[in-house]
Order: sequence, then C-alpha cells, then structure tokens
Amino acid sequence: MEAKPRLLTVLDYITAALFLIAVGLVFLYAPLEAVMGNVQRVFYFHVAAGWVGMLSFLVAAIAGVAYLLRGNRKWDTVGLSAVEIGIVFAFINIVTGSIWARPIWNTWWTWDPRLTTATVMELIYIAYLMLRQGIEDPDRRARFGAVYAIVGFLSVPLTFYSARLFRTIHPVVIGTNDPNAQGQFNMTPKMLQTFMFSLLTFTFIFADLLWHRIRVGRLSEKVEQVRLKTLQ
Amino acid sequence: MIPVADQRALEVGERQAVRENQLAGFLRALSAVVWKDLSAELRSRELLSAMVVFALLVILVFNFALDLDPATRRQSNITSGVLWVIFTFAGTLGLNRSMAVEKDRGCIDGLLLAPVDRSAIYFGKVLANLIFMLVVEAIVLPVYSLLYNVNLFQAGLLLVTLLGSIGYVAVGTLLATMAVHARTRDVLLPILLFPVVLPVVLSAVKGSTGFLDGLPLNEIRPWLNLLGAYDIIFLAVAFMVFDYVVEE
Repeated sequence: MEAKPRLLTVLDYITAALFLIAVGLVFLYAPLEAVMGNVQRVFYFHVAAGWVGMLSFLVAAIAGVAYLLRGNRKWDTVGLSAVEIGIVFAFINIVTGSIWARPIWNTWWTWDPRLTTATVMELIYIAYLMLRQGIEDPDRRARFGAVYAIVGFLSVPLTFYSARLFRTIHPVVIGTNDPNAQGQFNMTPKMLQTFMFSLLTFTFIFADLLWHRIRVGRLSEKVEQVRLKTLQ
Repeated sequence: MIPVADQRALEVGERQAVRENQLAGFLRALSAVVWKDLSAELRSRELLSAMVVFALLVILVFNFALDLDPATRRQSNITSGVLWVIFTFAGTLGLNRSMAVEKDRGCIDGLLLAPVDRSAIYFGKVLANLIFMLVVEAIVLPVYSLLYNVNLFQAGLLLVTLLGSIGYVAVGTLLATMAVHARTRDVLLPILLFPVVLPVVLSAVKGSTGFLDGLPLNEIRPWLNLLGAYDIIFLAVAFMVFDYVVEE
C-alpha cells in the first residue's frame, strides 16, 4: 500500500491553519456591514464555496477531455473526485445563500439567474453520478462520465447567460452595479482582503480534498484488482 | 515525364476529388440512416403515435392542473410555457424509444460496422429525431390553437420552435445514446438531459412569448442568438464526442 505523501500532510496542516485564520478574519477583522449587519459575514464563505463548486466543474471537464484524448484511467478518478467535491461545495453555496437571503430578501429562495444556475449545476453533478452508477463496464463508465462532464460544463455558462438576460435581485458584487439589486454593497478594503483570503483558503481546501479523494480512488482501484486476482 | 506544374495541378485535382467523394459518402450514409428511421416509422407508426397521444394528454392534464379562466390561459407566457413542457416531455419519449430500438435490435452494431464516418450516424439520428419532433409539433400547434383560441401560426414562433427543437435533439440524441446503456435507461435520460437543455427551453419560451406579444424584433433577438449559439455549440461538441460514446 502507498504511504501518505509528506507533502499531503503538510498541505493538510497549511489548509487547517488557513481556515482558522479565515474564520478569525471573517468574525473579528472584517467590518460590520452598514445595512445588513452580521448576516453579511456569510458572504465570505458563500462566494468561496461557489468558487470551489465552479472550479471543480472546470477540473472535471478538463479531466474528461484528458481522459478521452489519452485513455488513462487516472483522469477518470480525477474527474469523479472533482465532481464529488463540487457537489458538496455547490450545496454549501446554495444553503449559505439561502441563510443570507432569508433576512435580506425576506425569502429563502428566488428563481433569479444565479440561484437558478447554481441549482442547475448541482443537478448536473448529481446526474453525472447517477449516470456512472448505471453503467457497469468501467471503461464505458469513464468515457460516458467524461462526455457528460464536458457537455454539462459547456451548458452552465449558457444557462447563466440566458437567465442573466433578465434583471436580477441578486447582488452583483463583481461587475456592473444594478441599482435594482437588493442587498447590494460596495466592499471596503478590509472586506476585500477578507474576501480574497477566503477565496484562497477555499482553493487550498479544494486542492487538499481533491488530492485525498484521488488517493482514495487509486487505492480502491488497487483493492479491486487484488480482490479479482484472489478470486481467480 | 509530366511537367511539374501539371503534376501539381493533377495532385490538387485528385485531392479535390477525394474530398468530394468523402462528402458524398458522408451524405449518403447520413441520408441512409434518416431513411431507415423514417421508413421503419412509416411502417409501424409506433413512435409518432405514442408521442402525439402523449402530447395531447399533456394538454388535457394542463387544462385541469392549471385551471385558469380563459383570459389568463391565453396569456403568452402561459401558452409558451405549456407548449414547451409538452415538447420537452414528448421529445424525451421519442429520443428514448429511438435509441432503445437501435440498441435492442443490434442496429447500432450494424451501423458501426459500416465503413462510414461515425458522425454521419450521429447527424443521421439527429435529423431523424428532429423530423419526428417537428411532426409532433406540427400536430400539437394546431390542436392547441383550436382548443385555446390562440393563433400560434406566426413565423417568429415557428422559427423559435424549430431552433429550440434542433438544440434539444442535438444534445438529446447524444445523451440518449449514453443513457440507453444504463439499467435505469428511461428515467436516466430526463435526469441527464433537462439540466443541460435548460438554456434552450428558457430561450424558446421567452422567444415564443415575445413573438406572441408582438414585441419588436431587436428585443427578441438576444433569445434567438442564444438559441442559435446553443445549437451550433452543441452540434459541434456532439459531433466531436460521438465517436467515444459509441465505441465498444
């Protein structure tokens, strides 16, 4: 069995430290938002989780292309790992968004473009897993997964763009300011620093989890091979 | 000895001929696949009758599920929405049956043995599925117009329906080819397809609503552009990826 790489252990510690610092920044360093109050602090992890969700999708799509071109099964493991992590973080994104929305917009949910796109992305992730679950041949499973990851990834920007042709009540923090957006706020420097740090922390969390999950995937494949050999 | 200039002209001519031959072969294979599906359907009529009856039943269900007064029911957004729900679900039915038949009867193996470009098979299936979907729409639109006293025969609306159907069928054929291999094949296709095809449904509904409301063309143009972009992108992607989906 492979030993856990030293670098991975180091990454674990760095990630944990970054996360603790990030929590500290969010609660102690970032200023209190004038209009929304303390609930606005959810924003730092909400956006970071969303960022990880989208990053996972990108990684899964790239792994899909790599698998189709090379045929090396390790790309399939990377894609599956990315999707699993993406499902979790996209879900965190949706839930924290809901928590933020309730006091600010006075509703748990609204079918505005970004929320719609987030839901669609989550559903594509889940569909990916269900597709894989239904196929028995491992090579075919890997190929179909790769294809669906690519198709799904390409459809998400189109979904977002099509929904964004509407006016939205979702705050546009990065981009043009829509005066009709409720819950809009401009970031002060301290907020920006906390925000950037949260993004960095969550990117590290993503890398750490991805590495762990790829390792688990490789090890389980080895177990499967050993099991098949023993049965023969 | 042939002079060099003539030799080069000959090579260019040969390459041209080879390319034309390949294109002719591609089109022949494509039309063969379409013709196979259409003639099989003409004989048995099982696919179209299932889709049409299903569509009419969905209109019926909507009549009671959305029990609106006549004035509200004729609003453009309700009309577009109901129409596209019908097309989406009937389309799923058609796609499922179309690809399931290929796999169960071993037709797909026969098609793959043929010495033609795999993409010809893909485009042939897309065209056949598109024709089925358009036939169903051609029946549903007049029936809906009659039942709800609303004129659906406007060029704009028909254009939106066509573009939307193309996008739907392009992705649907690719995903149906995959879904058919799973144990849960009938349920899996909608699960795979609907999240991915949402831009089409959204744009088609908004575009149809725009045309029914008589909005100026430049307001509807973004939706048409989006539909066109989606169709092109996904036809291209499916064309590139289809080989990997059908290989054994």
